[in-house]
Amino acid sequence: MKTNPPGDSLAAARTNAGSETSFALLERPSVLGYLLMAPAAFIISFFVAYPFAWGVWMSLTNKQIGMPWSQVRFTGLMNYVDLLTKDGIFWTTFWNSFVYTGFATVIKWVLGIWLAVLLNRMVRFQRMVRAAVLLPWIVPTVLSTIAFLWIFDPDFSVINWTLRGVYTWMGWGYVKGPLWLGDPTLALASVTFVNIWRGTPFFAISFLAGLQTITPDLYEAAAIDGASGWQRFWHVTLPGIKPITVVVLVFSIIVTFSDFQIVYVLTRGGPANSTHLFATYAYQVAMVGTRLGLGAAISLFMFPVLALVIIFQLVYLRREQA
Amino acid sequence: MAQLQVGETFAKRLLVYHLPLFCFIVFTIFPFYWMFVTSIKSTRETYNRDVNPYVPVACAEAVAEQVRSGRFDGSALMENCLYHWRTLLRDTLFLRWLKNTLLVAIASTLISLFAGITSAYALARLRFRGADTFGVLIFITYLVPPTLLFIPLSDVIGDLPLLHWNLLNSPWALIVAYPTFLVPFCTWLLTGYFRTIPKELEEAAMIDGATRIQAMVRIILPLALPGVLSAGMFAFTLSANEFLYALIFIYDAANKTVPVGVVSELIKGDVFYWGELMSGALLGSVPVALIYSFFVEHYVAGMTGAVKG
Repeated sequence: MKTNPPGDSLAAARTNAGSETSFALLERPSVLGYLLMAPAAFIISFFVAYPFAWGVWMSLTNKQIGMPWSQVRFTGLMNYVDLLTKDGIFWTTFWNSFVYTGFATVIKWVLGIWLAVLLNRMVRFQRMVRAAVLLPWIVPTVLSTIAFLWIFDPDFSVINWTLRGVYTWMGWGYVKGPLWLGDPTLALASVTFVNIWRGTPFFAISFLAGLQTITPDLYEAAAIDGASGWQRFWHVTLPGIKPITVVVLVFSIIVTFSDFQIVYVLTRGGPANSTHLFATYAYQVAMVGTRLGLGAAISLFMFPVLALVIIFQLVYLRREQA
Repeated sequence: MAQLQVGETFAKRLLVYHLPLFCFIVFTIFPFYWMFVTSIKSTRETYNRDVNPYVPVACAEAVAEQVRSGRFDGSALMENCLYHWRTLLRDTLFLRWLKNTLLVAIASTLISLFAGITSAYALARLRFRGADTFGVLIFITYLVPPTLLFIPLSDVIGDLPLLHWNLLNSPWALIVAYPTFLVPFCTWLLTGYFRTIPKELEEAAMIDGATRIQAMVRIILPLALPGVLSAGMFAFTLSANEFLYALIFIYDAANKTVPVGVVSELIKGDVFYWGELMSGALLGSVPVALIYSFFVEHYVAGMTGAVKG
């Protein structure tokens, strides 16, 4: 990182501290620039860059919690190879992450645009409804997920209570209702549902901001040309919110792919390790199972995907600016 | 902004507008209603499958009785409705967790605002070699999720580089860790904000003899105050909501923050204290939600501003 000031100007600043020259030096954009960047550079290099390098190193060792340093051995790519060839849970985790991210992102996208269009039409109670709709995204995720834990409870699920009522009322007989978190497929679907619940407001409020930058003239022109409601949506609304769509999708993919909290509270990766995501599996292996090296390797598997998304974002931003 | 479409029948409006919007609102609000209802039920009622779970029966009856007789009876209300709330506040460490959360959130927000203001000013105003690279690095850091780094970071926090201090299990662990995502966030938000302030203001001050630092502190900072305030509010809520680092870095129940305390201390093995869990969840999220709702438009503006560069 080119974050630190060149040694000579720093030394000059130090020797001249207090004298007039140091003030003059501070007037130079380069010196002042490096000085002002220093706090952020310090935090990022010690607590982001260094841990990242440390994590890469850990993933190449057999390090465990409480293991004396004398026993920590460099094992090369062993952790990675073991995960890819011997670990069935890892592959479940791998596919789960993509399924979870894919389904959740597409559904949030569709619901988000729909909700944004509805909110944009709104005349009365605007502020109140917006606040209500935003709640899921605002409140601490683990706390709202607790409510879902109770909603999906095997014995006392309110969904199943309602289902039972409907069945009896229709004369279809008794139904116990599904075990929402007890069946692998249903559990992954439930976890995805909570993610959609939490993320839709973020999509909607961002798209709403995008919608409001579209000039009404465009709609008028389209209407004069005889465009139908759908045509206006496809040819005016969607292109109009394209820039914000890219940003929102990138954020959402990163946050969803690296998600931890919803799975941690709802299933802890269960039943039988079938709903793990990279983050929860890494947590279980490293923090519960004490195998730090292996856990670090699992979480680093997220890196290629995140890197791709981030590079895409940077290239896109640069192209937009050019 | 509302566009009233001409020629829409009431039935069509109901079907394409009111009904979907109503469904969305029920979808987003229901879990909060559920928290509230569960928090004012007795444990016995919570576990009774024969009563309607949507209504807190005993509590509703107690309230109806008081309204009917016109006599206010606080203790009856306490026993039938607020039992779990009282337990949460009196018999658990909830208030301690609230204090810890506030302390950590305020301290890490102040640190992040300071570092964020200085670097955002440099990126928005000063030309120096490597400024672009630094901007990109900050942006990348902003996008790095905590789940990528938590395992090595717990090592680093447990044995700080050079100093060899162990910060684990103290609020300092979080005060040091949260700026890793708050500083990039503040920098990013504030760089956009500083760019909207005309350069001429500060150039005029410098022509009048102010140094660049004076111009920054006396002219730009006061003008940027709304931006700084909203960045601070967001940083505060982000750190109050943080879960993973707080879960891993803190072991003692008394040192936990609200999200971690509620999830880990009110569930004991197989025993779920649902009433206390729900009242804790509500109490832990309401303040954050209130703060957010005032500032959300700034956030969106900042984000769209960043898109346009």
